[in-house]
Amino acid sequence: MTAPPLLDIKNLTVEFATRRGAVQAVKSIDVSVAKGETVAIVGESGSGKSVTSYAVVRILDRAGRVAEGSISFSGMDLVTATERQMRDLRGREISMIFQNPRAALNPIRKVGKQIEDVLLEHVQATRATAREKAIEALTKVKIARPEERYDAYPFELSGGMCQRVVIALALACQPQLLIADEPTTGLDVTTQKAVMDLIVELTRERGMSTILITHDLGLAAAYCDKVVVMEKGKVVETASAADIFRNPQHPYTRKLMQATPRIGMSLADLLPDAPKGPPAQAAAPRPAPSPDAEPLMRVENLVKEYPRPETGAFFAKLMGKAEEPKSAFRAVDSISFTVAKGETLGLVGESGCGKSTTSMMITRLIDPSGGKIIFDGTDIGAIPAKQFAASAHRRRIQMVFQDPTDSLNPRFTAERAIADPIMRMGTISGRDALRARCEELARLVGLPVELIDRFPHQLSGGQKARVGIARAIALDPDLVILDEPTAALDVSVQAVVLNLLEELKGRLGMSYLFVSHDLNVVRLLCDRVIVMKTGAIVEQGTAEQVLGNPQAEYTKELLTAIPHPPL
Amino acid sequence: MNDMSQVLKTESESISAAVPAEPAPLRFDAPPSTSLWAHARHIVAENPVTGLAFGLFALILLAAVLGPSLVPYDPLASNTSSALQGPSAAHWFGTDQLGRDIFSRVIVATRLDFAIAVFSVALVFAMGGLAGVMAGFYGGWVDKVVGRIADTIMAFPLFVLAMGIVAALGNSVTNIVIATAIINFPLYARVARAEANVRRDAGFVQAARLSGNSDWRLLLTQIVPNIMPIMAVQMSLTMGYAILNAAGLSFIGLGVRPPTPEWGIMVAEGASFIVSGEWWIAFFPGLALMTAVFCFNLLGDGVRDLVDPQRRN
Repeated sequence: MTAPPLLDIKNLTVEFATRRGAVQAVKSIDVSVAKGETVAIVGESGSGKSVTSYAVVRILDRAGRVAEGSISFSGMDLVTATERQMRDLRGREISMIFQNPRAALNPIRKVGKQIEDVLLEHVQATRATAREKAIEALTKVKIARPEERYDAYPFELSGGMCQRVVIALALACQPQLLIADEPTTGLDVTTQKAVMDLIVELTRERGMSTILITHDLGLAAAYCDKVVVMEKGKVVETASAADIFRNPQHPYTRKLMQATPRIGMSLADLLPDAPKGPPAQAAAPRPAPSPDAEPLMRVENLVKEYPRPETGAFFAKLMGKAEEPKSAFRAVDSISFTVAKGETLGLVGESGCGKSTTSMMITRLIDPSGGKIIFDGTDIGAIPAKQFAASAHRRRIQMVFQDPTDSLNPRFTAERAIADPIMRMGTISGRDALRARCEELARLVGLPVELIDRFPHQLSGGQKARVGIARAIALDPDLVILDEPTAALDVSVQAVVLNLLEELKGRLGMSYLFVSHDLNVVRLLCDRVIVMKTGAIVEQGTAEQVLGNPQAEYTKELLTAIPHPPL
Repeated sequence: MNDMSQVLKTESESISAAVPAEPAPLRFDAPPSTSLWAHARHIVAENPVTGLAFGLFALILLAAVLGPSLVPYDPLASNTSSALQGPSAAHWFGTDQLGRDIFSRVIVATRLDFAIAVFSVALVFAMGGLAGVMAGFYGGWVDKVVGRIADTIMAFPLFVLAMGIVAALGNSVTNIVIATAIINFPLYARVARAEANVRRDAGFVQAARLSGNSDWRLLLTQIVPNIMPIMAVQMSLTMGYAILNAAGLSFIGLGVRPPTPEWGIMVAEGASFIVSGEWWIAFFPGLALMTAVFCFNLLGDGVRDLVDPQRRN
């Protein structure tokens, strides 16, 4: 390369002052970004990928500082630049997009005005031309009807729309470098595709350079020219996107790649020590549930309606005399399916499709508006949610939650959390017997027994997930609802947890209802799949049928939106 | 009260168990934890004002517990021959119009003022905390009733309301405690309601529901322990206000009656002497009052730092 790179990070070390002395979050890394190049920085949580980008735009928090090294941006040293120079640079030359678009926008200011603010701040527009330029910026990010959207508040826009506005904000001043920090995490897969396509297109159009920070190797490889893999603050590998997939050099890259679910692999393949070739136990076909047998659970015409908020009836409501709402919002619209004994059923769909509402009704946390949930011969849908805690069926239906941190009481030890269902509904009594059972469960889910006296904040994400699983299986349930159990976990941890779930199912003879938006994971874990859209089922069948040869238009759309790395 | 002791037990358990039995092996990447004592030392080192607040609090506590046995004179013994003397080696804070030693009276008064504050805060914590938690957890009509009660109390100038309550119920220390608790009710109910409301649908509460816990048990084992830290901060801040309120009521002649040593009455008695130059009669009890309020307000910041889990690591 003859031209000097646009951004050149050399030997960068970032330190954070903590109570136990300085901790190096980033350890002497080298990254360079050429003009017009798209570079991905990939790593799991705690790898220092975000810290690196914060160091570039100098928005490290008070405890952090650049200990060593240089960051040069078109010949200017950003480490020694004054705050005034940096302020001028941010937004105009270097822009940043953050993970949560809604948090990045001012909730009480019209989005058009927010774009104007940036333009005026960097003298890219005058008061007279600001509105026009802001609308132009909205048009560029392909927001339909930009004149109308100019007057919209962030809460009126969807997540994908908000991220487009954030991109419009970031690109309003035609920066040379765009840093996108997990821009699509939390967005649906189809929205992710739209947003990423947009970023790549705009980058090409303007000859801009982009740094994409992500944990998703597939996304990085599909959209970037160069991939930088970081582990524990160090760069372990830098290669072109095609090379890194075909021929990964570093063991960590290989481990990361292996843990990323792809087509044509089994669950066991995700683990680093999986034997090459078809492994014996994974190759064994799952015992197909016999079609004649009575299913464990039969859901018939399940409906959940929410009343629409009445705007004019404030006083009536205050007096407790609200009128019956005219039309209710149907979150779940008359769906029917069955779950066989020992089966894993995947429930797939994007946010707002009603899959969480469905799982909440099945776990009997909320009451259905109509339809039946027949579990082992009893219509449990008829038992009010408030009384279900006392029902004999309570212990047979359990759930593993999406966020392992949120689902553990911060003031309960792991043991207390696991023991909770046993203390309420179990047959074991006595402190020692309870302890023994908790230790047994901990061993079953692979949680080191010495950790069960710890509090959630003293456990890692994977360990917390194990505590959640141990709690769910503590009473030998028949049906476990898995609500995106790995969405908050790193891919390598996800690989371990998915294998654990599969193993437990075989050992304890449970059925799973696996709720997820990640089709690659669903493919690995599920026997049958249901695809939901706007409260209704659009397609159901075996996993191979639905994901291999989709019939519904929506399923096809979902499948094509998954980023496919160049192989 | 049984519920409360359970809550407090959970608190102390969590604190003692936060000390790892042995250094964590490296392969478990859990954040190491700090003992409460080490944490407290860090907080004080980081912010010396917090240290000052804790020091003052210790002094107030000492005066409240041991005060009567420490002071050089009987706080009620009048000695007209030595009336209205300025501060001296014999009478550090001087003497009042009846020749009583002001230093002794200020110290002895600590117990009464402190007790009024402690009991009123405990009462309002039980009432407002419980009502607020139930309002936030159940919503619906419980929420509406609690909310309207809080609104009604807030509609009055609070000190005037306290005056009215004491005047109506009768002039006694118990009624001062009740009045102070009532005027602080909205503050506690609202904080507890907001905190319980955001946790009502938290994952761990849902998980506990799946474990077969009844609503009542969810409230006591899942919600209440988790809002204790913020309530502790609230209590510390209200302590100062409760002392001020009790002294204020006594100042205008409600509640505690002379000759009982109490800061508010002493300031009231001394006020008329300020014009004639005997400033110390009102000044020293006023100073004690100010120091106590100052201490509890600063303590609130310290308690927040101490109980905030995000500051632990």
